[in-house]
Amino acid sequence: MTDDKDNKPPNEDRRDFIHIAAGAAVAGGAGALAWPFVAQMLPALDTRAASSLEVPITGIPEGGEIRVLIGGKPFFIRHRTAAEIAAAESVEAGDLPDPQTDEERLVARADGTLNPAILVVSGSCTHLGCVPVGPGSNTGEFGGWYCPCHGSHYDTSGRIRKGPAPTNLPVPTYEYNADGSAVTISL
Amino acid sequence: MKAFKACLAGLALLGLSPAAMAAGGTMPLSEGDAPLPDWPFEGVFGKFDQASVQRGFQVYTEVCAACHSMELLSYRNLGEPGGPFYNADDPEATEAAVAEFARQYEITEIDDYGDEVARPRRPADRFPSPYPNVQAAAAANGGAIPPDFSVIVKARPGGADYIYRLMTGYPSYEEFQGEYGDELHFNDDHSHGVLTQPAGLYYNPYFPGDTSGNWDGDPRHAPAGGYLAMPPQITDGRVDYMDGTEATQEQIAYDISQFLAWASEPKMENRKSLGLVVMIYLFFLAILVYFSYKAIWRNVEH
Amino acid sequence: MSGHESTYKPGTGIEKWIDARLPIVRLVHDSFVGFPVAKNLNYWWTFGAILAVCLVTQIITGIVLAMHYVPHVDMAFASVERIMRDVEYGWLIRYIHANGASMFFLAVYIHMFRGLYYGSYKAPREISWILGVIIYLLMMGTAFMGYVLPWGQMSLHGASVITNLIGAIPLVGEQIKIWLQGAPSIGNATLNRFFSLHYLLPFMIAGVVILHIWAFHTTGNNNPTGVDVKDEKKDTVPFHPYYTVKDGFAIIVFLMIFAGFVFYAPNVLGHADNYIEGNPLKTPAHIVPEWYLLPFYAILRAITFDIGPIPAKLGGVIAMFGAIAVLFVLPWLDTSKVRSLRYRPLARQFFLGFVAVCLLLGVAGASNPDDIVIKTGEDTLRYEVALEEAPEAVAVAEAHHGKIVSSNSERVIVDFAHYEDAVEFAEASGTTAEATVKHHGLTWLPVAQLLTFLYFAYFLIIIPLLGLIERPKDEPESIADSIHKSNGSADAVAAE
Repeated sequence: MTDDKDNKPPNEDRRDFIHIAAGAAVAGGAGALAWPFVAQMLPALDTRAASSLEVPITGIPEGGEIRVLIGGKPFFIRHRTAAEIAAAESVEAGDLPDPQTDEERLVARADGTLNPAILVVSGSCTHLGCVPVGPGSNTGEFGGWYCPCHGSHYDTSGRIRKGPAPTNLPVPTYEYNADGSAVTISL
Repeated sequence: MKAFKACLAGLALLGLSPAAMAAGGTMPLSEGDAPLPDWPFEGVFGKFDQASVQRGFQVYTEVCAACHSMELLSYRNLGEPGGPFYNADDPEATEAAVAEFARQYEITEIDDYGDEVARPRRPADRFPSPYPNVQAAAAANGGAIPPDFSVIVKARPGGADYIYRLMTGYPSYEEFQGEYGDELHFNDDHSHGVLTQPAGLYYNPYFPGDTSGNWDGDPRHAPAGGYLAMPPQITDGRVDYMDGTEATQEQIAYDISQFLAWASEPKMENRKSLGLVVMIYLFFLAILVYFSYKAIWRNVEH
Repeated sequence: MSGHESTYKPGTGIEKWIDARLPIVRLVHDSFVGFPVAKNLNYWWTFGAILAVCLVTQIITGIVLAMHYVPHVDMAFASVERIMRDVEYGWLIRYIHANGASMFFLAVYIHMFRGLYYGSYKAPREISWILGVIIYLLMMGTAFMGYVLPWGQMSLHGASVITNLIGAIPLVGEQIKIWLQGAPSIGNATLNRFFSLHYLLPFMIAGVVILHIWAFHTTGNNNPTGVDVKDEKKDTVPFHPYYTVKDGFAIIVFLMIFAGFVFYAPNVLGHADNYIEGNPLKTPAHIVPEWYLLPFYAILRAITFDIGPIPAKLGGVIAMFGAIAVLFVLPWLDTSKVRSLRYRPLARQFFLGFVAVCLLLGVAGASNPDDIVIKTGEDTLRYEVALEEAPEAVAVAEAHHGKIVSSNSERVIVDFAHYEDAVEFAEASGTTAEATVKHHGLTWLPVAQLLTFLYFAYFLIIIPLLGLIERPKDEPESIADSIHKSNGSADAVAAE
């Protein structure tokens, strides 16, 4: 190649520049064009808009739970009994696979106080996304939830205690309404 | 170069002939017609006039929504760029305004006990339809189903011009010395005679149709237009604009047409601004590649 | 895929290793890099590459749209609008796809007229030509089914009209129609299968395109002189970089026109009625296909008369398919030994006339057959009066300046120029007949019939005959020779 360059007439470099510039402009344009085709795979605007839900909590019986789908994802809202709350609070967080206190897993009401009776957690097992079973069926060895797919046991705070799941059931972003009768969960 | 020019000319000819045909399909403008507004959303740099879109939305809510659905629109659309509630400086205020507006309307859902319960609508919910189903819509309007307005401007030849003309085109009472549902007396350069409006229908010169069946004059000069089931809606002062604009008939027609144009094509501003970038890019790329082409072929006799 | 000697020289060890096992790099190199192409190709030859871009664009945007589209009669329309409103850049991708179809046809028509003008269908390139016609047919099928998918009014009723054509086939037509629709009428079953086939056909087109390229790479490209390559060194240049850059430039210019439609007039080539959701109970006032099918639509509607035992409806269908079928046998209809119309001045005149006929057929297809093309007089008011009802009609008509169009012992037809005269005539004669408006002039129907005749006459009469009677000009000795001559004369002009 170096030999060629020496033999070139003086304006040859300018001509090379034209080809390189044209090629670069084509490559740049193709790259920019690719973006809309990548972006169209993102959740569409209507999908994103439908990703929050207000759930009334007054009707949940003590010791029971309701399950809701938001944007296709399951969530558990559990009305815990005094014994379940006590069990969740009595555990030493440091001993857990994913250390977290029960208090850290609650969201304050509008007046700033916590409502330990209501626990809101994601309904997807952190192992491989199965939906654990809970009150009324099999609450597992720790009284919370049990995932039948691969045997993960969650306690009454939704924390992983035994089994292959790596982390606690995540607490979604949610807030209480003014009078505390409902929670609005967002993805 | 000669061949290239011929090629461009050929492309232009073939490209434009169907375009010209399509353009020919729009409404003819006869001499007596009042001038059309200059739509700010037309042309390469066209943008919607947001204040007008806002007023148009008020007109839709207070007048049109009683009969016409907009099934494809959700409240969240109102706060999207270009929408009536959009505030570029304060996205939170936009969101709050949309949510507050949506709350005025209820939607029925099935609760955990299988009962129907009403809850206020949220931004993600669609606009409510005035009728529960098409049968109800037809029954309430003498068999004519009020068309959905979601894409109405794209669904009518003439687009916003057509909407504007239709809204302002109903004959006025003074002009025809008669009553609606009665006889319309024509006595102009073109038509002399009496047009009897069929019961429950209203004559409009811009509505596509055929008036000759109810025309007692020279059939060659039957008035242009047709009948529609919608009585005239837009009159001076029909709405009380929140922004204080004087609500003349022309102003209302202008605003509702603009709002419907936005609703039909909410991504129009994105399209035109991206188009400008693409055109400039292609233009400079064409120049670069042309010189590259010239350089490569410089030593070849062809 | 090429008939010439390979110029590929594997450089590195890996290239040699691959080349000995699967010479795919060699195939690409010999087809699109080293392939010798006549050096005198003009810009009309760039449309092959432009068409490749169109096909790839349609396939990519189509695959993306299929990710969001819902093929169900209740949801298709709304799902398309959801693409326009909620999917990221969905409006862009859909407008590219919708206008891309028009651009594809625009390019294919130019490509076909180029082939006709320069005799690219003649020996030894008949198979290239026939494969091209097959691609064109597949394109029409794909475009037709794609137009049904948005489930607008034109989608639904256009599909209904076209599938009903098949019902015109004697004996089995009705059964085939129902089989095709999957129901007695166009419905969800039809929409689903059309979606499936609309997705399939472009890949079949891509397959035939490969055969098409294979065929003309075996024979070598035609060129504007129509003269065969004599000396590869003097007459040709390698495809890359000479034609990659020339095609590239043409593609960019074409993309500018394409982008103009997509960004500034995305709906101008479409029809407003297709933004109204399909309603089987209400047919739009004028059903017209997309612009690129209009000439064939005109031919279909031109046959309004029975031809011997063939009823008019079937005749129209036969004529429409015949208009494409004739292209298949074109290589054997042309009797001239000279390929390029550059050297056939008389044939060139007829060719230009043929292009005009095709464009006019397009206009005829867009027009109502009963509309007036050329007005010959003012509209009149026409009465058709039964003589037993008004025995003195002729006399009364004459007294009131009526023009008797025809009369016999049973009835009289009379025209009036003035409304007052017509009213007086009606009163005086006591007729109960209603006046109708009679337009005077040439309607589109006979014009479309004449154009249809000219279309077929060009292929079946003019082309075979011209080859026998025309004396062509001398062809150049070789491609290099023709370039030298034309440059020489240009130099001479410049020197003056």
